[in-house]
Amino acid sequence: MRELKFYGTPPPGVEAEDYSGKLIVIEGTDGVGRSTHTAMLRSWLEARGHAVIDTGMTRSVLAGRGLKEAKTGTTLGRLTMQLFYATDFADRLENEMLPALRAGFVVLTDRYIYSAIARAAVRGVDARWIRSVYGIALVPDLILYLRVGRAEELVSRVLAAGRKFDYWESGMDLNLGEDFYDSFVEYQARLLREFDRMAGEYGFRVVDASRPVRRVAADLRRAVARVLEAEESEGRMGDEPTVARQR
Amino acid sequence: MISYGKHRLPGKLFVVEGTDGSGKSTQLALLHQWLKAEGYPVFFSEWNSSPLVKDTTRRAKKRRLFTPTTFSLLHATDFADRTERDIIPPLKAGAIVLADRYIYTAFARDVARGCDRAWVRDLYRFAVKPTVAFFFRAPLDVAIDRIVSGRPELKHYEAGLDMDWSDDAEESFKIFQGRILEEYDRMVSEFGLTVIDATRSIVRQQREMRRIVMRHLAGEEAVA
Repeated sequence: MRELKFYGTPPPGVEAEDYSGKLIVIEGTDGVGRSTHTAMLRSWLEARGHAVIDTGMTRSVLAGRGLKEAKTGTTLGRLTMQLFYATDFADRLENEMLPALRAGFVVLTDRYIYSAIARAAVRGVDARWIRSVYGIALVPDLILYLRVGRAEELVSRVLAAGRKFDYWESGMDLNLGEDFYDSFVEYQARLLREFDRMAGEYGFRVVDASRPVRRVAADLRRAVARVLEAEESEGRMGDEPTVARQR
Repeated sequence: MISYGKHRLPGKLFVVEGTDGSGKSTQLALLHQWLKAEGYPVFFSEWNSSPLVKDTTRRAKKRRLFTPTTFSLLHATDFADRTERDIIPPLKAGAIVLADRYIYTAFARDVARGCDRAWVRDLYRFAVKPTVAFFFRAPLDVAIDRIVSGRPELKHYEAGLDMDWSDDAEESFKIFQGRILEEYDRMVSEFGLTVIDATRSIVRQQREMRRIVMRHLAGEEAVA
């Protein structure tokens, strides 16, 4: 059991009760393999008998559709975009993540507040402001950061996935380059720098994502297993605290 | 991002605030007519009007999807869009912008719903500080009478029914409006709101409003 801990001011109406689930975050820039690894972790956890829900940006019942529609145009201002994402996040936090954590689920989230903070930072949005907005966020049990060293590496992954360069993933609203390719590389490079900066601040568990999927997946499993085992052994220690401490 | 009070824009921003039924929209419409007739370039912007956010808000109200936090955040999203699109550009161009409800509406409503006072204020830190923020103050019973008699049914969120204060819409609405009025009252000194006594005649309120607005337009060019 763990007490709910928030980065700043908790949302009103959230009771400060203990929860038995685990909040595990998969973070990383676009094309780094987050969804692949989230899916693999999910099946692995379920095979081990854990109840899992997964969530990710723009998937909220409240704001998901509106946010996706707003992104089809190019009139979404930078502050408006940040707050639309924050609304989407809050809806998933209050209606999906917190109830599942209370019920003892493992919550896997494909991105959390860190992507939002990185995107805000590269758009020159006040760092203190965006952190205050996301003060409502629960501190996760584990933040796995899938890291690649160079933005160019992401290009081949996007191409290999058969996708085109997306307007927002390429940071086209920032006028960084001649075309989608130049802009993508520059934008992702800036995001990488922001993530590196946040790694210490938020205690990311950094995983080198330049390696083959199999090896990355093995690292992720090990890290997740450690968090889950810590919980299980804590439970045992709870029965006989003195004995456990003497060992 | 430029913070509240730090914008240096040549235009003028006048906003009206107050509980439902305080008569503020009527007063702003009269001011709008007058400024246009005087030849000033004037733009109007109202609460909850962003085309990007509108559908989401409507759907969420209908399906009752809001919590106090998401209610607050979605309204801030709407306001950010209006700020980036309808408020800052005309102010940069030196125009007059009139806003029916502004950030103080959010501060009053969201805090009445239990949101943290400091968190909500920080959420709106990007807002332009108004040249004058008029607060049309009507005693609770007057405002409630005006709304309840003029409307067949109170809406769910309008009445604060999401907060479970009371099952009765009218009773819940009274509790909600009472809390909102308390929040407005504490903001008068915090934000230097200009209080207008909303129990006086429409003509007298408008005269006072124009006098105050005029003072801020002295030296401004009206485009005849």
